[in-house]
Amino acid sequence: MLSRTANNLFWMARYVERGENTARILDITYRMSLMPQDRSVAQKEWFAPLNITGTLFPFSGRFSTVGAHDVLRYMVLDPDNPSSIMSCARAARENARAVRGAITSEMWEVLNSTWLELQNFNESRLDTEGVSHFFDWVKERAHLFRGVTVGTALKDEAFHFNRLGIFLERADNTARILDVKYHVLLPSVEDVGGAVDYYQWAAVLRSVSAFESYRKVYRDVITPLRVAELLILRVDMPRSLHACMREAYDIMQILARPQAEEALRRAGALWSELHFGRIDVIFNRGLHEYLTEFLTRTDALGQEINRSYFTLS
Amino acid sequence: MQIPLRDATPSGPTGMFSDSCYNEMYAPDGSVRAHYARLAAWLASTPAERVAHMRKAAQVLFHRVGITFAVYGEDSGAERLIPFDILPHIIPVSEWRELHAGLRQRVRALNMFLHDVYHDREIVKAGKIPEDKVLQNAQYRREMQGIGVPGGIYAHIAGVDLVRAGQGEYFVLEDNLRTPSGVSYMLENRKMMMRLVPELFAQELIAPVEHYPDLLLDMLRSVAPHGVHNPTVVLLTPGQFNSAYFEHAFLAQQMGVELVEGADLFVKDDVVYMRTTSGPQPVDVIYRRIDDDFLDPVAFRADSMLGVPGLVSAYRKGHVTLANAVGTGVADDKSVYPYVPDMIRFYLGEEPIISNVPTWRLENKEDLGYVLEHLQELVVKETQGSGGYGMLIGPTSTAREREAYKQRVLDAPHKFIAQPTLSLSTCPTFVEQGVAPRHIDLRPFVLSGKDVVMVPGGLTRVALKEGSLVVNSSQGGGTKDTWIVG
Repeated sequence: MLSRTANNLFWMARYVERGENTARILDITYRMSLMPQDRSVAQKEWFAPLNITGTLFPFSGRFSTVGAHDVLRYMVLDPDNPSSIMSCARAARENARAVRGAITSEMWEVLNSTWLELQNFNESRLDTEGVSHFFDWVKERAHLFRGVTVGTALKDEAFHFNRLGIFLERADNTARILDVKYHVLLPSVEDVGGAVDYYQWAAVLRSVSAFESYRKVYRDVITPLRVAELLILRVDMPRSLHACMREAYDIMQILARPQAEEALRRAGALWSELHFGRIDVIFNRGLHEYLTEFLTRTDALGQEINRSYFTLS
Repeated sequence: MQIPLRDATPSGPTGMFSDSCYNEMYAPDGSVRAHYARLAAWLASTPAERVAHMRKAAQVLFHRVGITFAVYGEDSGAERLIPFDILPHIIPVSEWRELHAGLRQRVRALNMFLHDVYHDREIVKAGKIPEDKVLQNAQYRREMQGIGVPGGIYAHIAGVDLVRAGQGEYFVLEDNLRTPSGVSYMLENRKMMMRLVPELFAQELIAPVEHYPDLLLDMLRSVAPHGVHNPTVVLLTPGQFNSAYFEHAFLAQQMGVELVEGADLFVKDDVVYMRTTSGPQPVDVIYRRIDDDFLDPVAFRADSMLGVPGLVSAYRKGHVTLANAVGTGVADDKSVYPYVPDMIRFYLGEEPIISNVPTWRLENKEDLGYVLEHLQELVVKETQGSGGYGMLIGPTSTAREREAYKQRVLDAPHKFIAQPTLSLSTCPTFVEQGVAPRHIDLRPFVLSGKDVVMVPGGLTRVALKEGSLVVNSSQGGGTKDTWIVG
């Protein structure tokens, strides 16, 4: 397949996933902000979505304080913020439009009608209908897109590059979401194990649709160690780092070719460390440090994929 | 009215210039023509709300499918829908058979003309067309002289614009032999109609058009370079900011071929390759939707960012087929149009089945004098213009516009032709106030490979503004489904 087409498909998938995860991050921040807690803590929480998406700096250039209203406005509908849900939907559609011949009509129509529907959203509508309703809608559109892909697309290279984009982006996003606790003001000593701590970890789980899975897997109280284990090491948890890297590594084996050996090696290394990893080792090293390194390495893998497949001459 | 006709341009039938135009649906006595009877009955029995709902549904669906086009000169990236009218243009099969024969004849002659002008120029030697009309034409490509192309076919895809005037006689308004567009609307309009009014398709025998992409792919494969058994076909687009990008993507998808941009291709040792995720892959046939000028910065415009350096050299060596060929513009140029009936006689020894519209060539002093005196009645066009841009429609123009246009004509009379303002036929069309007659034309798409084939019908374009004769989508035109019934 054309290198340019593969590149567009890869990024189309990444933007769909990114838009969904932005909705998840904002949804969880919003829910956490509704918890009864100290006002200063509540304010701090709105730094999290900006830190996670790496947009605190541009945001600060436009808004003097970090609060719910402005962060939501900036992260949802702002066309000038490249990480906003609006921008992700536009980028996904534009990538799809560039490769319309390589995706099914149904896939295109999902992305196109999502983007058209987004044109009808504005601040007042968000206020009236509630942001949670909007975030649910964004998630549904992403679910629909992936379902339509699996249900209609030929399992050819186009499909694999699309899936590769999904899992790399998801691994990146889950790592960022898990790191959210680092960005929120750490609970004071007496809060550890307390109500606020519990709600915050539960919120992290809910943000990646893992709350119910947690209960099934552990049948016990929520602890940070287990939450991290579930979202990093459990291969049966569809948004965990392990599950994502396993999918990515599998796909890259299908796409294997001589010029992509380094990309395959990097994916394999990431996967095997997750496959054989232990959560206590990760915690001893420091969760934040671990996640930061993971993000750096996923980014390097993405660049290697770009070099191996998309920029051939 | 006296019309100075030159050469062998056939004279228009009487009544052609009368004010009352042919109505596709109603006979002059107000009765419904037989081939419209079922539609009329359906219209009478369908509640207005349901029809209104359908029109709205069509809009939503077209938006969702993304059947949009970009209009030049507006905000970059602006996408608009071409208005779609749910009342079809219906043609009885007996009439279509005649048109079909006429279109085959015309396109065969045009291809023979193209082969001739790039080889022995017999038609010039025979004195049927002045040499400078060919050799001095801006669309004539010397690079093509003496170059053989597979099957001797140049205009693989031709869009021939037909109009009806007078008592319903058909005329060819123009030939489009470069990169004619619109076929995706023909296909999407049909899909839409089958969705909106399945009951009419159940009642009536409406000739299918859905196999067009198959015919197109079949034709493209059949014109591969000699010795290539399983050719790789690609569709070359200028990219997603081109006004017809939707169509390029649509056709590539329907044919299952790669949609490539110039940067996806490269030429090495006179062989064209595309850059794929598994390395270079040779390309045999390029259905190109890029104008000659932009194809190859080495051969043509050096500033082209869209083209492929070295493509024309590979093409001239016969290593790749371009559809349409380079240099077809010399046959669809408006200054060459008046000679097409003679081409048919010269190459085929047949009388043209479909007539040309009488045309004044303003380089002739006599014609120029007549036209300038009758500007208010005539349509004046630039020979190099397309898409309805740069033309003067006499009857709807202001005195100031005519005066300005006159100056342009006098500066370079050879760049203009004039034609009578045809009373194009009308077809009932939904407008704000209900159903009203609006002028239409028809563009069938003729494919030439081993044989000359087409799907029945074509793209019907409709001028939505009352009294307007301009059907171009860039100027407020809409489209309709076209039904060949029998």
